[in-house]
Amino acid sequence: MPPAPRTRGVLVAAFATLAALAACAPQKPTPAITPTGSGSPSAAACTPATMQTLTAGKLTIGTDNPVYEPWFTDNKPENGQGFEGAVAAAVATKLGYANSDVVWTRVTFNNAIQPGPKKYDFDINEFSITDERKKAVDFSSPYYDVTQAVITTKGSKIDGVTTLAGLAKAKLGAQVGTTSYDAITQVIEPTTKPSVYNNNDDAVTALKNGQIDGLVLDLPTAFFVTSAELDNGVIVGQVPAVTAQPEQFGLVLDLHSPLTTCVSQAVDALRADGTLGNLTSKWLTQVANAPVLN
Amino acid sequence: MGTALETYRPSDIQLGRVAYRRRQTVRSIAIAAGSTVVLGVVLVVAVTGAPGWDLVRQDFLDPTEARESFVPILEGLWLNIQLLFFCAIASLLLGLLIAVLRTLRGPVFFPVRALATAYTYVFRGTPLLIVLYVLAFGMPGLRLTFTPSVLVLGGIGLTLTYGGYIAEVFRAGIESVHPSQRAAARSLGLTYRQTMRHVVLPQAVRRVAPALLNDLVALQKDVGLISVAGPIDAIRAAQIAQQHNFNYTPYIVAGALFVLLAIPTILVTDYVTLRAARRQSAEGTT
Repeated sequence: MPPAPRTRGVLVAAFATLAALAACAPQKPTPAITPTGSGSPSAAACTPATMQTLTAGKLTIGTDNPVYEPWFTDNKPENGQGFEGAVAAAVATKLGYANSDVVWTRVTFNNAIQPGPKKYDFDINEFSITDERKKAVDFSSPYYDVTQAVITTKGSKIDGVTTLAGLAKAKLGAQVGTTSYDAITQVIEPTTKPSVYNNNDDAVTALKNGQIDGLVLDLPTAFFVTSAELDNGVIVGQVPAVTAQPEQFGLVLDLHSPLTTCVSQAVDALRADGTLGNLTSKWLTQVANAPVLN
Repeated sequence: MGTALETYRPSDIQLGRVAYRRRQTVRSIAIAAGSTVVLGVVLVVAVTGAPGWDLVRQDFLDPTEARESFVPILEGLWLNIQLLFFCAIASLLLGLLIAVLRTLRGPVFFPVRALATAYTYVFRGTPLLIVLYVLAFGMPGLRLTFTPSVLVLGGIGLTLTYGGYIAEVFRAGIESVHPSQRAAARSLGLTYRQTMRHVVLPQAVRRVAPALLNDLVALQKDVGLISVAGPIDAIRAAQIAQQHNFNYTPYIVAGALFVLLAIPTILVTDYVTLRAARRQSAEGTT
């Protein structure tokens, strides 16, 4: 007996579901390209003509919106000013891209390092290189060694504290998903639960309002916030690194991106020829003299 | 009469009817069971057989991640529950007050009615997130002497927003009570206040109870938005865990906990709706 029309409808729906699920199955990931070893492409291969960028012949660089000093100036990453603006421009030049071939795109901090397709060739946004993040994205060679710092307002509970133990009772804040948050929970370990914000602007407002005693940021940002955004901001001190390795910023690329080797080579070359050092002393000079909390 | 009942023997036709009904019942149960099994098998095969299933399981259903993130998420959820408790009570009271004010009669109460109406317009229209930002970040910026904590400010924001919705639900209930009820109450000598208290509100609240509980289920999920101001709720705790390892399992854990939290409310809603429907329409007829 042939199935009744209604039963047939159910069966058709079931197979349609199966077909739909099969259709949205992921494609096979592209094989991993190991950046080390003899297989790495030579510098000659890293030209705009050969590099597989999002748009052929153009280099798309991502960063957050808004961006701040000392990393960028005037929220205009394309002007090549500020430390990261200058580094990005130098990397692009090193790879052979003219200024007119560099396209900037805006990706929020937390979205830039999620797994999945990227809308940038590389992203520059004060991303510290961590093993966990390496599971989701590729990092270039580091372009800056960074430390985390605690800032507060004059006369607050933790103004003048010189040890990590002095921060044990403080209410601290940080941006979600940052190494600054890890510095609170893994190094400072205060007894009060930290406050977590969507971005540093919210966190700075909370500090201004006295809703938190202190805020953890990377040191250059800490200098900018205390000098430019807060009327009475002070740096309490630097926080020792979470791991034995120093914390370093790297450019973020899609996982197994074919560009990782090229971008790393460019960063290495900039370090070797002294460009990185020059840019650091040009844009991040004050950073050296903050006390270290122990 | 009694003996007549005792000697009653169903006719063959009646026996046939009974047997037919029983057969039909068994048949529908069998069909229901059969179609459930078929659908279940299809779903399991389709989901676990899909080529991406391993990736999905690894990224969304990792037991290690679930275990590690469970305690922080549960701690966050406790904050949601506390907030829910206070905000639910406060917004119900506020909503009731506004609804009563909005339904006041008489020209002298025009400004009160206008204010109550403006309140429901403004707070139903303003996105909750903006209310929370203004209250939790803006208010403390005024540096008033007695600025409450972020939690209290966020709670006020939630109460203001949900009070607006709930006021309208109450007003719908109040206006659904037939005018003859008021007229009858007043003709019995009850004052306006007594009429509201003993005649109108009991009927109004009963009618809108499902809609009210619906708003509470929504509130249950929205209290977590307070995390923009710093406190770590269940979803923020899940986000922190997710950002750390790029695994989405913590979100699934938080989602499951929220469903568990919502189930009692939803069951109560269904029960209340069913009971109201029975009482109001078909009681005694079946």
